[in-house]
Amino acid sequence: MTPKLQRLSDALERLLGAKPVARLGELTLEVSAGDYLKTAQTLRDHAELRFEELMDLCGVDYSTYGDRPRQGARFAAVAHLLSVTHNWRLRLRVFCPDAAFPLLASLVEVWPSVNWYEREAFDLFGIVFEGHPDLRRILTDYGFVGHPFRKDFPILGHVEMRYDPEQKRVVYEPVTIEPREVTPRVVREAHYGEGG
Amino acid sequence: MAEIRNYTVNFGPQHPAAHGVLRLVLELDGEVVQRADPHIGLLHRATEKLAEQRTWIQSLPYMDRLDYISMMCSEHAYVMAIEKLAGIEVPIRAQYIRVLFDEITRVMNHLFGLAALGLDLGAMTVFLYCFREREDLLDCYEAVSGARMHAAYYRPGGVYRDLPETMPQYQAQHTRSARTLAAMNDNRQGSLLDFIEDFTARFPKCIDDYETLLTENRIWKQRTVGIGVVSPERALALGFSGPMLRGSGVAWDLRKKQPYEVYHRLDFDVAVGTNGDTYDRYLVRVEEMRQSNRIIRQCVDWLRQNPGPVISDNHKVAPPSRLEMKANMEELIHHFKLFTEGMHVPEGEAYAAVEHPKGEFAVYFISDGANKPYRMKLRSPAFCHLSAMDEMARGHMLADAVAVISTLDIVFGDVDR
Repeated sequence: MTPKLQRLSDALERLLGAKPVARLGELTLEVSAGDYLKTAQTLRDHAELRFEELMDLCGVDYSTYGDRPRQGARFAAVAHLLSVTHNWRLRLRVFCPDAAFPLLASLVEVWPSVNWYEREAFDLFGIVFEGHPDLRRILTDYGFVGHPFRKDFPILGHVEMRYDPEQKRVVYEPVTIEPREVTPRVVREAHYGEGG
Repeated sequence: MAEIRNYTVNFGPQHPAAHGVLRLVLELDGEVVQRADPHIGLLHRATEKLAEQRTWIQSLPYMDRLDYISMMCSEHAYVMAIEKLAGIEVPIRAQYIRVLFDEITRVMNHLFGLAALGLDLGAMTVFLYCFREREDLLDCYEAVSGARMHAAYYRPGGVYRDLPETMPQYQAQHTRSARTLAAMNDNRQGSLLDFIEDFTARFPKCIDDYETLLTENRIWKQRTVGIGVVSPERALALGFSGPMLRGSGVAWDLRKKQPYEVYHRLDFDVAVGTNGDTYDRYLVRVEEMRQSNRIIRQCVDWLRQNPGPVISDNHKVAPPSRLEMKANMEELIHHFKLFTEGMHVPEGEAYAAVEHPKGEFAVYFISDGANKPYRMKLRSPAFCHLSAMDEMARGHMLADAVAVISTLDIVFGDVDR
């Protein structure tokens, strides 16, 4: 870890009482859903941290991670923060406590740039952000059903559409094509293929 | 007294000034925009979901199709993220080639952006001039990768192949005289590097031409000065990056602040605006083209003198040469594994950002150790910039909303992903 990253890590530990994880030259801070908004406020405003910019926020569905049964929370939101003043970055992860109704506080009051990112995470993963002023779907079609980036949503989707010349309108029907996987997904044990 | 109500207008999705498939719902009071609500997603292809079904290398060509104006920069973030996760060393020559093509891409993007901004505001000549130069750069793409636009040239661990020794030439046609043909092929006699060097020699003069047409042009200034003003504080809060942020006076450039590849070895300046309006962003982009030209020149000089490998010799990530593959059992196994199962990337997560011509483009990977990414997130600058559309267009005239869309420099492949 570079001295600069160490300084940020120490500052985070001192000010927030949570130890960030350093890997590959990046710091990751995990917070509970209850502390999420308060932590975000501190991260932006404290002079030693000064994360003025939220570059990215995305939903993650951990349900099939590593192809093994999952213990713990299913949905998470991962934000990437940037401080222009100090020139450092931080990854902020928060798990949704309830997988049946994933609910998190909205950061739109802290970083206005999060507006569309939260709409995207809502659209694709169904994570609801409490306090968001305009939580509409953003990328999928008008009237779309389901949250397509969840791991249990098939890549082909559920419906296909075509123009019906008799009814003179677009009709939706169940998908007719077979799902296929060209290259199977394989998780190898650690250090597979090294030595020997 | 007649009742006066705001008028709602559908701008797009098929409108030439919408830069693709943007449906913009504008609420107008007379001709003044009260609210702009962009409806995006008409080009949503779920690239991130598709990447979860494909091996690490199979998703690379999708990166070209995100921002189809500046293709190789998106590839760059993608391979950088994989290299970070897997700890792959990239040969120095490959790093120079990547920087060379990143900067060629930047010039290409800004030429297109300038052409589109010009065309939207009624300056047709600039459009034609810019596309003339852009064509030469597309020829560089074609010479190196075989494709004019969707290059798929970068690979985890380097680039697909070394720079070619010959430049493709124009063929004889019944519409071309022998003299015209010779003139067209005049700068294509040598290698690709000769062609690029010739380009860098004449390009500053071309930029002067665009500036003669626009910079002091009264109509141009009336249409751009004071349009879509963003203060530095607001630009940071809205998550801006790239020329959008620099136009507002924040000297933030990843190539300088968080240098990747060989940018720390190269000499260039960062252009910064003062007022944060469309005119300043136009000036920033023009200056960036000049600086890119300098970088390209330095890369060409270095690449001439330093031959070497262009892709990693770790055959767990990069395929062995055909010759080795046919002569050596071990390499045959590597080749077979790499093209059937694909490479494995260690468990972990990485966020790799590059200074894309439009702003910060980043790829965030979560890997669970499989031969496919567990989750890929693309941080596209255009998505973020378009979300500020409402704030930037409010209070402007309808015609200026077009200028605002254009100054955001958005491409819908990138916004919708």
